[in-house]
Parts: sequence; C-alpha cells; structure tokens
Amino acid sequence: MLQTLQDNAATFFNFEMMSRYGYRLVQGLWITVQVVAISVVLGFLLAYPICLARMSRNRIVSAAGLSYVTFFRGTPLLCQLYLVYYGAGEIRPFLSDIGLWWLFRAAYFCCIFAFTLNTAAYQAEIMRGALSSVPRGQREAAAALGLSQYRVSRHVVWPQAFIVALRPFGNELIAMIKSSALAAIVTLLDLMGETRFIFARTFDFLIYVYAAIIYLVIVEIIRRLWGLIERSSSRHLLVAMRETQTTRGEDESRISRAGGHGLPHGGSPESQRA
Amino acid sequence: MNWFSLLFGPNGWGGLLLEGAVVTILLAVTTMPFGFGGGLALAIAKLSPNPAVRAFCEAYTTFFRGIPDLLSLFIVYFGLQALIDKVSKLLGFGGLEVHAFVAGVIALAVVVAAYSSEVWIAALKAVPRGQHEAAQALGLDQRRTFVLVVMPQLIRIALPGLGNIWTILLKETSLISTLAVMDLLRAASEASRNTTRPILFYSAAAAIYLVFSILSNVVQGKLERRANRGFA
Repeated sequence: MLQTLQDNAATFFNFEMMSRYGYRLVQGLWITVQVVAISVVLGFLLAYPICLARMSRNRIVSAAGLSYVTFFRGTPLLCQLYLVYYGAGEIRPFLSDIGLWWLFRAAYFCCIFAFTLNTAAYQAEIMRGALSSVPRGQREAAAALGLSQYRVSRHVVWPQAFIVALRPFGNELIAMIKSSALAAIVTLLDLMGETRFIFARTFDFLIYVYAAIIYLVIVEIIRRLWGLIERSSSRHLLVAMRETQTTRGEDESRISRAGGHGLPHGGSPESQRA
Repeated sequence: MNWFSLLFGPNGWGGLLLEGAVVTILLAVTTMPFGFGGGLALAIAKLSPNPAVRAFCEAYTTFFRGIPDLLSLFIVYFGLQALIDKVSKLLGFGGLEVHAFVAGVIALAVVVAAYSSEVWIAALKAVPRGQHEAAQALGLDQRRTFVLVVMPQLIRIALPGLGNIWTILLKETSLISTLAVMDLLRAASEASRNTTRPILFYSAAAAIYLVFSILSNVVQGKLERRANRGFA
C-alpha cells in the first residue's frame, strides 16, 4: 500500500532528481530575479529620456526617439541579445581599450544590457501613452496657479499618468520575466538555463513542468501584487466613479476593473451592483 | 572582406539570409490560421455552459500565458516527441520523428491560441445579444448566425488585438531557430559563425525583421480601415 503510494508520487515528482538538482533550480531562480529586476529598473530610468525625446518638438530628436523604439520593438529580443553577446566578442579589442571587456565578457551582463535596452523601448511607449492621456488643461491650470514646471509635473501630471501606466507596466514586468528565459540560450544559468542543464543530465521531462510551475507562481504573485497596488492607488477614482457611473457593462477600463473585484470598504450594496 | 561582398558577393551569405527570411514568413503564415482558429475555439469553449470545459480552457490559457514562450516551445516540442515515440512503439513502428518545422508550427500555434483566445473572447462579448436574437428571428440556424452575422462583426472588433499578436508571432518565430530550423535568425548565426562577423549578419537579420514589422503595421492599418468602413 505504502509502496504503491510512493510509486504514484514518484511519477509526478522525481524525488531523486530534485534532491540532486533542486538547489540548482533555486540558484537559477535567483539569477532570473536579479536579471529581471536590474533590467526593468535600469530600463525605467532609460525610458524617461526616450519618452521625452519621442514627445519633443524638435524633429531630429523625436525621430531619434522613434527609431530607437521602432528598432527595439520591431525586432526579436533574441536577435538583439545575439547582437550584444556575439557582437561584443567581435569588437573585443575596442572594448578592452576602453576597459569594458570584463563586463561584456559575462553572459550575465550582456543579458542585462540587452534586456535593459529592449524594455526601455516598451516602457518609453507606456510612459508616452500615459503622459499624453493627461488632458492639456491640467497642465495649463497648474501653470495658471503659478506652479513651477517641475511642480506641475511632480504634483499634477505624474500622479495622473501613474495610474494610467500602472497596468501596462505590470504587463511589461511579466513580459520581461517571461522573456528573460532567452538568457539560457546565451549560456546564462538562469531558471531556464538550469532547467535545460538538469534535463540534459536526467532526460526527465518533468523538470520542464516544474520550471513552468515556478514561472507561473512568480507571474501570479506579480499579478496579485499589482492588483493591490492598483486598487490602493485608484481609491479616489472609485468613489468618483460610483457617484457618476450608472451602468457598468463589459467595460474594460482600468477604473471599473479595479472596482470590479469585491470592494474592501465603502459603498452600499446598490452602488456596487450598479 | 568588406560587408558588401560578404552579403551580396558571389560567395556571399545574402542568399542564405533571404532563404531564412522566407522560412520565417512561412512559419508565421502557417501558424496563423491554426493559432487564431484555435484561439477562437478556445474562446467559444470558455463561454460554454459546461463548467469542466470552461475550467480546462481557462487553465490552458493561464498556463501558456504565464510561462516563457521558450519553455512552452520546449514543452510542446519534447512532449510531442515523447508522445509520438510512445504511440509509435505501441503501434509497432519505431523511430518516427517529427519534422522540426512541423513541431515548431504546432508549438507556436499552441502559444498563439492561448494569446488570441483573450482577444476573441473580448470580441465575442462585444457583439450585442440583439444580433443573435435578430438572426434567430430571421430564421437563421446557429451555424449561419455565427458565419453570417457574428463573424463579420467579430473580425472588425478583434482585428487590432490579432494584429498585435501577429507582430508578436513574427518575432517569436526566432525562437524556433533553437530547434534546428533554418529560419532567418539561424541563417544569420550560421553566416556569422563562418565569417566571424556577427555584428554584420545579426544587424542584417534585424533589418529584415524590422522591414517585416513595418510592413505588417502598414497592412494592419489598411485592414483596420477597411474593416471599419461605415463606422465613424
């Protein structure tokens, strides 16, 4: 009885494989988290100037922004990664001269470099969309109140743009986690890389399923987290919405989405049903 | 050798790159009907009254949208291979192998179906109930209602979303290069390995991908304008 139970469990969970290689999966997961976190943060910093360039009134500057975004969004990430990883090898003498070869020699750094440039293009478009969604009048009104240009951005435009950009930023983060698996192709031992390594040793197909479950769990955690952030940052809109909105059909807008889940506080049952 | 003769010279690699580009387009175009068709089927099944069917389709979509596309590719590719090995052993003829191109198309279609089902379901919900009722009142059966009344409206609504997925698919085909299919990216790898000029060949590949992306944007714009004629 116990034996059959063990056998059954063993068909879904290869204990021997996990006791030998389990720690490798954890190490790989840690690398994945590092690469994604660093690239997304650096990408965010890089995205702002690109977004400003894109919105600039100077034709040359905005054309440069547009070309950047078009290139990085129009070509496969894997191709960009190869360009960085193998291209660095080709210009090795030059990189040695300027003292950067030690960086580009590492697959870890090349992945972060390529992912940063790539996600910056996507994040710049998200920012542009969010910033241009704030009505002109908001800027003008703030200026009329005598706020400095920085204060107009800091206190009037950005808070409104932030709420619009939140969901797309979350989607971009999830997309980046999924894309980071490409790092395994250029020999980085991230979660995907370790998975391929273990598969090459054991030929047990289950390892791919375990990796899939780990990715699913990360993505789900981020989705939940984003739901929380979104709900807490658009509370004031929920109240306004409940007062004005009378019908809520299959509206996919961010406000009704945030309000679509059970509301933790406030609002009569009638207003929730409305 | 200078870049021009490496690409376009008599022993240049431009020909291989172009062949690769054709394979890339073929991959994407072959996958599209299966992926979009599968997505539509999934979307219809998700609206089914049977909870088991709904749960299965939701699980399928969550799974393939939540894991890296490279991983889905490997799972489908190796899973398919293992399955076919088992079946062919049972039937008594061993050593049947899936062609890498076919396996690539199946793997991509599985992912694209998961992505596009979300677009289709939003479109299905956007077609007003009255349309179904009116079609019924005219005496159309279920199949005709769908083909003649719902489908034309569905396509108009789903077009922007499907266009996005097409662009993703076009870039996603590059993952197939890891499965021994000589697509555009693999052709560029081959050329750069033989000439030690990766920057040149990967840039050339990127340029071709870029042309495809820009062209599909233009075509999408035209299709959307055509689908929206008669609407404000």
